Amino acid sequence: MRVPVMLTSSRTDGAEPPAAVSATGLRKSYGDKLVLDGIDLRIPAGSIFALLGPNGAGKTTVVKILSTLVSPDPASGAIHIGGHDLAAEPQAVRGAIGVTGQFSAVDGLITGEENMLLMADLHHLSKREGKRVTAELLERFDLVEAAKKPASTYSGGMKRRLDIAMTLVGAPRIIFLDEPTTGLDPRSRHNMWQIIRELVTDGVTVFLTTQYLEEADELADRIAVLNDGRIAAEGTAEELKRLVPGGHVRLRFADPAAYRLAADALREATGDDYGLTLHIPSDGGQRELRSILDWLDSLDIEADELSVHTPDLDDVFFALTGGTGVPETSEETVR
Amino acid sequence: MSTLSLAVRDSSTMLRRNLLHARRYPSMTLNLLLTPVMLLLLFVYVFGDVMSAGIGGGGSDRAAYIAYVVPGILLMTIGGTVVGTAVSVSNDMAEGIIARFRTMAIHRGSVLVGHVVGSVLQSVLSVVLVGAVGVTIGFRATGAGVLEWLAAFGLIVLFATALTWIAVGMGLISPNAEAASNNALPMILLPLLSSAFVPVDAMPGWFQPVAEYQPFTPAIETLRGLLLGTGIGHNGWLAVAWSLGLTVLGYLWATSRFDRDPA
Repeated sequence: MRVPVMLTSSRTDGAEPPAAVSATGLRKSYGDKLVLDGIDLRIPAGSIFALLGPNGAGKTTVVKILSTLVSPDPASGAIHIGGHDLAAEPQAVRGAIGVTGQFSAVDGLITGEENMLLMADLHHLSKREGKRVTAELLERFDLVEAAKKPASTYSGGMKRRLDIAMTLVGAPRIIFLDEPTTGLDPRSRHNMWQIIRELVTDGVTVFLTTQYLEEADELADRIAVLNDGRIAAEGTAEELKRLVPGGHVRLRFADPAAYRLAADALREATGDDYGLTLHIPSDGGQRELRSILDWLDSLDIEADELSVHTPDLDDVFFALTGGTGVPETSEETVR
Repeated sequence: MSTLSLAVRDSSTMLRRNLLHARRYPSMTLNLLLTPVMLLLLFVYVFGDVMSAGIGGGGSDRAAYIAYVVPGILLMTIGGTVVGTAVSVSNDMAEGIIARFRTMAIHRGSVLVGHVVGSVLQSVLSVVLVGAVGVTIGFRATGAGVLEWLAAFGLIVLFATALTWIAVGMGLISPNAEAASNNALPMILLPLLSSAFVPVDAMPGWFQPVAEYQPFTPAIETLRGLLLGTGIGHNGWLAVAWSLGLTVLGYLWATSRFDRDPA
């Protein structure tokens, strides 16, 4: 069986698929505040791309520029969306994209169905076609019951679903989703992920921003980490994880005496005295695990829990964005 | 699709959206009607005798004052309605849906045109309603034939269009509904400082220019002339010139504000 990592990374050695979105040297400042400091992007058609970054990193600004909402600084390089030059043919770009912003882009004063029909009219669908598409999308996004109610009465998850349904009315080939799951409960979040996955099966390109590492890991073919207006790293989730060390075996003890004994015997391990846990750097391979177990047996130490941690995007994120928080400790303090 | 038919189609879609808002939430429109109706009743039934005595130079004549004040109140109704326009434009711009419109391949100006046409229709409807109150308390358009009625209607539409474009600009520069309603205050104050309630001649000399050099006075004098058969003089051309000038100014202002990058 081939490892999925190889599948995604082997894509580059064939002929490159055409780029749905490409930008070079994207810059934007508001007054003397530099928000984007030269960003290069290339997103192959039919893939999911995640722009990952902390609050205030400039994610929304990137989406606003690529979706023609605000203009980039004149010093920026060329931007192409769906084969159209953003500066020269903004209307052609608008015809190719669909945007769901961070803040719900629905008309709260009218019903969900009226919102959908409004989109159908603006996409110049015939009356009948508009009704058909509306009914189909309301059904698909589980909004049939709420269709006749004003959108302002919808829950957060429903508004987000209506928002995406409205974006899909024009059957856009490139969809921008700015933090599509921020503020949603876990169930709605998983529903949204399912929706996003379904989008790409039709060959649509998805550009999403998120501050959730799990989300990028879950959905995206490629991830770029945006920090302080620059791309700190870009690649598949696997490639990014390889950038940082962070794999370890974690031993947790119930008995403080056993913990002390193990900590004293094992110098290379880092310990958390309060939580009675030891972290031993390791790639998590069978051989290393066995040697750890043998070593514990030889000292007659019994750990209450043993777990293997591969580096996750949290580790990458903190390493790249220079965050000070160490994930392990936060995990312990929660308990 | 040609640019023009695209513009017409998208604008009528936006108009339908605005009319849907107005129909679904009529309280705002009705609230705005309250001010001119209250003022009409107040000036006729409370101040009426004194006012008419002052104007006529002779005894008090309530019927004569009703005839004098109704045309002013009608144009004041437009001023009140466009305050609502400024507020609803400002509210609308704060909605995410406007950002969505900006990222769609639709006619750029249709969002504003929809607001303007919707608001002008609302103004005309409001003028008809307030006019009906006027007729109920005894107003009669004694001087108006078919031509005069047509001209009066045309003046009302033209004047409403002018004030609406200015109000849309005011709504666009306002960060929230409160600011919009403050910014649009001149639309209600100007008619109070015009010849709506007393003739300019009856005002103190130093104040007369304030009443004279503003859009409401010539428009009111023209409407009064059309409905009552009093002299219009140069006020007709002045009213048209003010209306066209404000329409062009408001249009340029509003569209350039709307075309700017949103904050």
